[in-house]
This record gives sequence, structure tokens and C-alpha cells, in this order.
Amino acid sequence: MIEAHELSKLYDDFLAVDRVNLDVPAGTVLALLGPNGAGKTTTVRMLTSILAPSAGSARVAGYDVVKYPEKVRASVGVLPEQHGLYERMKAVEYLDFFGRVYRLSAIERKQRSLNLMERFGLTFALGKKLGEYSKGMKQKLALVRAMLHDPPVLLLDEPTSAMDPQSAKLVRDAIIELQRDQRTFLITTHNLSEAQSLANRIAIIRHGRIIANGSFSELARRFVGEQIMELRVRGILNGFAGDLAHAFAGKLNIGDSGDDWVQYSVAEPNETNPQVIRHAVGSGVDVVSLAPISRTLEDIYLQVVKEDEAQGGAAREHLR
Amino acid sequence: MNTSAKSLDIDPIPLEATAASGGLFHTLSNAMIITRREVRDSFRDWRIIGPIVILTFLFPFLAQFVAARFATYLEGFGAQIIGERTIPFLLMIVGFFPISISLVIALETFVGEKERRSLEPLLSTPLSNTELYIGKTLAAMLPPLISSYGGMAVYLLSLLTGDLAWRPQLWLVVQIILITTVQALVMVTGAVVVSSQATSTRAANLLASFIIIPMALIIQGESAIMFLAPDAESPTGIGALWAIIGGMLIVVILLLRVGNSIFNREELLGRTLDTINLKAMLRHILQSIRAVDEQGTPARSLLDWYRRGVTLSVTRLRLALPITLVIFLAAFIGGVLIGQLPSWQMDLPRGLPIRSVAGDIQFYTGMVFGESNPVLAIAWQNGRILLGATILAVFTFGSGALILTPPVYVILGYVFAQLINAGYDPSFMLPAVLTHGIIEIPVIVLATAAALRLGAVVTRLPSGLTLGGAWTQALGDTIKIGIGIIVPGLILAAAVEAYITPQVVRLMLGG
Repeated sequence: MIEAHELSKLYDDFLAVDRVNLDVPAGTVLALLGPNGAGKTTTVRMLTSILAPSAGSARVAGYDVVKYPEKVRASVGVLPEQHGLYERMKAVEYLDFFGRVYRLSAIERKQRSLNLMERFGLTFALGKKLGEYSKGMKQKLALVRAMLHDPPVLLLDEPTSAMDPQSAKLVRDAIIELQRDQRTFLITTHNLSEAQSLANRIAIIRHGRIIANGSFSELARRFVGEQIMELRVRGILNGFAGDLAHAFAGKLNIGDSGDDWVQYSVAEPNETNPQVIRHAVGSGVDVVSLAPISRTLEDIYLQVVKEDEAQGGAAREHLR
Repeated sequence: MNTSAKSLDIDPIPLEATAASGGLFHTLSNAMIITRREVRDSFRDWRIIGPIVILTFLFPFLAQFVAARFATYLEGFGAQIIGERTIPFLLMIVGFFPISISLVIALETFVGEKERRSLEPLLSTPLSNTELYIGKTLAAMLPPLISSYGGMAVYLLSLLTGDLAWRPQLWLVVQIILITTVQALVMVTGAVVVSSQATSTRAANLLASFIIIPMALIIQGESAIMFLAPDAESPTGIGALWAIIGGMLIVVILLLRVGNSIFNREELLGRTLDTINLKAMLRHILQSIRAVDEQGTPARSLLDWYRRGVTLSVTRLRLALPITLVIFLAAFIGGVLIGQLPSWQMDLPRGLPIRSVAGDIQFYTGMVFGESNPVLAIAWQNGRILLGATILAVFTFGSGALILTPPVYVILGYVFAQLINAGYDPSFMLPAVLTHGIIEIPVIVLATAAALRLGAVVTRLPSGLTLGGAWTQALGDTIKIGIGIIVPGLILAAAVEAYITPQVVRLMLGG
């Protein structure tokens, strides 16, 4: 649904996007993460055929972004960084206007506006002027506008920013539902926990370049190492950690430990963990719990950025 | 607030229904969607609707009242004519005041929306750049123009129903309506150009003086014409006003082209700062001067630069060159035709021996260009006209280049016609003109074409280039052609003209 090949954007002497490659199949949510000024918005604008690439190519919903800009824009729903509503208009007029722009029939405009407004809990505000909307309501209405023409691809910039937790959940649920319906999403966000919960794929962009791309588990394995498990027992371990290291040599590595707990990293948790439990029980250790130490997208993100810096990201920034 | 996970319950829409499919009707239909919204939005703003109502319904009565009092007062001094000419002048003012709002609306419509960040959702829709441009231009023009026509109608009605015996000439009223319309068009199309280069209303307002000042001068000129024109009472309207309408229409066409060319997503969203990066600009110009291909590869040697670099720049004149040639040819034919008009014919002495003139040609060359260094004098004479044409072209979207250089060919055609009329064989002119002209004429054509492109490139941006990129490339090409062909060509042609042409003329004609 979204394919980018060596996509680049040069402004005068500033390389905003540097040979970006993306492959986002239908029904995928891609979270594009990166610091401010990394090139996220420029990438999204190129994928929306708003900006022309300086080099490389991209296809969105099967259409080349340079050759068929109107068809690309008809196939995408965009939520830009700023919601950009017309404050003197009422919501119903606003959606009717965008419906006309997308060539929806009068019935379609009305039905879809009502359904989406209801979906996001905004029915009560249909007749209100947009200047009277709260920040979160404006954000939701901007999402309704992006979804109005039922696009197969949605490019959303900070979709839940300024929303209360309840509204944010509504939006996340809608994204999940649409994803099940084979819609493709590209979400740019600084909310890493949201990205982790929604995205099947994560791409991290820095200085215009994609420095990491893959699923959460792929990135975790690559950047923060093997899964770390924590075994908690009743009573005192009494040398059990050493025993474990000896019994499972090559399969796990013992990390930190305390009186009643031990941590180990493991390459194949599905295979090794049951054996560890059996071994503990067999050794007379009362197992209270065995749980993975949670690794967040934030850990991965920080590690990716740290490694990129170490590899000369700063030097690249200077060269751009 | 509803938090239940309801189904999105929406029917899929076939993609083709949402994608633009081209065609004039389709374009206008899409543009009108924008226009309707913008007009409705404008009418919701009391800062726009207030002045429009006052200027449409109240100001015309005030103007009519002033005109009547003024006419009566002047009648007492026997200056009735001034009073009468004030009446159409005030009609023009009544029409102009509302359209002055169009500038405000246009700046607000384009830059205001950019500043409020409401442009991006619109730019993300399938609407084409042209549809957006037409839609917004119409939206900025229609309310003030309707108010202007309304105001003029109210003024004329109050005149017809009032005490004044004066009745307007039909064509003068038509002229004033046309002037009002083209002025609104100039202001709005100019505002679009200004808006696309500004990122804030503040910057746009500063740049708007490039529209307001010329427009104020035009209004003053038109006012003077309405009072002083000898044909002010003509039933076919005032000639000078027709000329102004025609001139402004050309400006509108050029501005429309520039506007449509630079009103694109890349320019609107690519530009984030109103700062000038002189260093980058100079680097681009230098790159363009040194480039030998479209990728900007610098020349390996002087020979390579001439062979590929200069050729590349000349190739980019493929549209400007034929236009220049046609204009020059038209100028020459125009000169011949003017020379045929009885009122323009000169009373040349007949039957003079051409030989005696031929003998004097070097004397006259020396007299005009000086004896000491005629080559540089001749080259500078041609060079300064071409330099002037190039500078003028930059500010006139290229048209200045086609105004300053063709008069030479008009004169040549005119002289040619006079010689035929006086019974001379004009072929004697050939050695006098073509000996150096074989170098000079192509050089002048090339220089004019380069100047035309330099000015006109903003009206038709090459694919993939921004306004700045296209202009710096055109400037680089102009400099390249100037250094590579024009300057050496002019010096060579001047040397031939100073030393060889007189010999050839003497040889061929004797003397």
C-alpha cells in the first residue's frame, strides 16, 4: 500500500529526507518515529503528493506519487500536524465542504459525516461553530475529515494529541478496527507507548534517514538484546543462580540477582523457560513467578538513537 | 460522550469517484466548491461585510450628493465642465473603493490560511493546483466586485433620479466598469503572487505595496485623463482609457500565468521562512553557469563549457527564440507598413547617386561612434540596450525585452520603405547592414531571447523546479550565454561594422 524507494527531498542545500525506503503492506500500522526536524512531515508530504521528491520514488495505494498526484491524494486521508479547521464554519458545513471536494454524493456526505461524528462522540457538536470546539474536539473532527472519503491509506500526525484518555482510546479503537479492515496507516508520533500498542511496524527516522525499521520484537532483539526474564522464589535462593547457570549453559546467561530473585537473558524463551521452571521445582525451589522484564519502545528508541549518534549521526547532521 | 466501540458502518467509495478527471467543466466545478466556501466565510466576517455594505449602499449617495453640490457650485463660476467631469470621475471612485477590499481578502485568503495552517488539509485533497488557484482567486474577487457593480448602479440610479441634467455617455460607463474589473483582477492576481512568496500576513502586507503604489498611480492617471482628455465627451469613450484597459489586461494575463505557475503545493508548503539565503542563491547561480548538463555537472574545461554548457543554455531558449524571431520580423514588417502610410512618409530627395553616400559611410560611422575606439563604442551601444532590455525583462515578466530591442527593426523597415517610396533600389542597404549584421543580428536575437526567458520563466516554471530554482537557473543561463556568446559576438560584430562594413560597401557600390 505504501512503498518508498530511495525517497529523498532536498531544499536548496538542506537534505530533509535522505534515501528513505519503506514497504507498508495493506492492513499494517507503521509508526514513523523520530525527533523534531527528523524529516517525518516531509516524508508524509511526499507520500501525499504535496511535495515532489528530489530523488527516488514512491507508490501509495498503487499510484506513483509523481505521476498520479490527484489519485494518490484521493486515496489517502491526512491528519496534518495542525488540525487546520475553518473556525467560522459549523462542523456539518465543514464536513459537507470536504465531502464535496472528495466528490461524495449528498447522501454519502450526510451519512458518512453522521456516522463518523457519532463514532467519535461528536454528534452533539454538529451544529456548533468550530471556533467553539475544544482542542480535543478539533483533533477528533480533523480525524473525521481524514476518514470521510473512506481512504485505503491514512497518514496521521500525532492522532491523539490534545485528547483526553477516553477520546484517545476511541481513536485507537477506530484505528485498530480500520486496520482489521485492511486499511493502511502511517502514524507519526512522539507518544511511544501509543506507537507500541498500535503499530505492527516501527521505523525510526533521524537526520532524514531511516535508522531502524522492523517489528517491535525485531527491533528489540536487534537493539536491546535477548529477552530478559525474572524468576522470583519463596525463601532464599542459596546458590540456585549458579546452579541454573551451570544447568543451562549456552541457553541462558545469568544477570542480576537478589535474595529471592534472579534475572537471566534467554535467546529462546519458549523452549528454555518451561525447562527452567521444571528444574527449579525439581531442585525444591518454590517458584512464585517467572515473567519477562518489560522492554518498552522507549528503551529501543533511545538505544537506536544512541547507536546512531555513536556511528556518526552528528557528523551526518553537519554534512546535511 | 459516546465511548462505545461502534462499527464505522460506512460504505466504501470507488476511488475513481474521488479522483479528479480533468476537463474545463470539472475544473470550474471543483473551483466553485472552494469559491462558495470562501465567499460564505467572507460574508461571515463583519470586517469584510461592514465596509462592503457601506460602500455599496451609502457611499454612492454621498458621492452623488457631493457631485451635485460641486457641479452647482462650479456653475456659478462658469466652470460647469469641471463639475460635469467630476460625475464620471466619482463613478470610478465609487467602483474602486469596494474593489480595494479585494486586495485585503486575497491576502487574507491565501496568506491568512497559510498562517492559520488550514491550507494543508485543503492541499491534501485531490483538487489540482489550478482548481485551488481559480477557486481562491474568484472568491477574493467576487464579493468586492459585486459590491463595486452594486455601488456604481446605486450611484447611476441616484444620478438619473436626481436633479442633475448631466447624463453619462454609455461607452464611458462601460469603460469605467471594465477599468474597475481589470483593476480588481490586477490586485487579486498580484496578491496571489505576493501571497505565495510570504509566510505571514505581516510580510504579505509589506509586499502588497508593490500592488498598492502602482495602482494608486494608475488611479491618479485615470483621474487626470477623465478631466483633461480632449476626447472626454467622445461617444466611443476616451481613447487613453481604452489603452489603459488593454495594458492592464496584458498585466492580468501575465499575473494570472505567474500566479498559476507559482500557486502550487511545493511553493506553498515548501517555503517556511521569509529569509534570503544569498550564499545558497549565489552558489546555485554559479552552479548553473558552470553546468554542462541537467544534473548540474560542472564543465571539465573551457572547451567542454563552450561545447556542452553554452549549448545546454541555448537549448533552453527553444521557446523564447522563435517568439523573439517572430516579434523582430513583425517589427520590421510593421516598420515597412508604417512607412507606407501617407502621413508618415518622408520627403526624401530623389535621384541622388548612391555611390557618394557609400563613400561617406566610414566618415559617418566615425562621427557617430568616435574616431578613437569605434569598436568598443559600437559594442557598448548595442550592449547597453541589451543590458537594459535584460533588466527591464526581469520586472516585466519578459515583455520588456520585446519592447526595447525591436524598435531598431521598426526603424530599419521604415527606412527600407522610405527608400522604395523615393525610387531608390534598397538592395544597397544589404552590404551596409548584413556584413556585420550576419553576426550582430543572431547575437541580438539570442540576447533578447535569453532576457525574455529570464523574465518569463516565472510565468511557466520548468517541471520539478521551484520559483527560486527556475529563476536562478535562468539567470545562470543568461550569464552563461552573455559571457560565452553575446559579449564576444557584439565585439566581433562591432569590429566588422567599424572596419569591414565600410570597405564592403565601397567595394560593392563604389565611391
